[in-house]
Amino acid sequence: MGNGTSIGRVRGLGSAHSGAHHWLIIRYTAVGSLLLTVWFGVSLLLMPNFDYVTIREWLAQPVPATALALFVLTNIWHARLGIQVVLEDYVHTDANKFASMAALNLITFAAGAFGLFCVIRLALGGA
Amino acid sequence: MTVRGKGFDSMANAGPTGRNRPISPHLMDGAALHWRWGPGMLSSILHRVTGVAATVGIFVALWWLGALVSGPESYAFFVAQATSWYGMVVLVGVSWGVIAHAITGIRHFVLDTGAGYELASNKLWANVSTVLGFVLTAAFWAALLLR
Repeated sequence: MGNGTSIGRVRGLGSAHSGAHHWLIIRYTAVGSLLLTVWFGVSLLLMPNFDYVTIREWLAQPVPATALALFVLTNIWHARLGIQVVLEDYVHTDANKFASMAALNLITFAAGAFGLFCVIRLALGGA
Repeated sequence: MTVRGKGFDSMANAGPTGRNRPISPHLMDGAALHWRWGPGMLSSILHRVTGVAATVGIFVALWWLGALVSGPESYAFFVAQATSWYGMVVLVGVSWGVIAHAITGIRHFVLDTGAGYELASNKLWANVSTVLGFVLTAAFWAALLLR
């Protein structure tokens, strides 16, 4: 970071030049999230009951399984981008910033992998 | 140090020149709120709060999926937790998070187009989005419990 001149200060404190992409992706994933979350909410309301067998049979079908996989992915992606914005607003030291982003990325991929594994397992059977 | 403006020294970091600089979000002037409370501000803050609540919901959903995969006993344990009083507090909170975040998010989509910044309509739709979040959450639970 520049220390002596005005332009140096601007370079150190200015744009990262990647904000617009982040901004757009958070909106694209929001559209997917809206569609799939409405599907999920309506599905819950139409479910005859929430017994183990009922839910297993529901998620063994191809369309609900596919929609649920997409539901997991788009929501985790969207949440990861949103939580990044929150962290960037409140975490100000370099080391903490790096640590919180590293943790966020690890949790995002772990959650996504676990969610997908569960959906595939439910869809393809095997208890 | 020169006082550069109201509240600049309270929530600020030392810049390269050693002077304190305002940083975003710059909300507090000492212990006092530095902005006048308004409908748009409330809707915007709730959008962030409900976004975090909805993120908690992802982990509840992942637990639910994991319990389904693990078998009937794990699923029964999940259902017992989810239907306990504390489980219901979490589920109602998460459902409000998801629904209200969707509504305030739609408001942000409209604002992104450049529409809805006139004072009267901005105030109206900020209030509508906040109230609708609570109303639709209540409607969802009514539909779920009364069917």
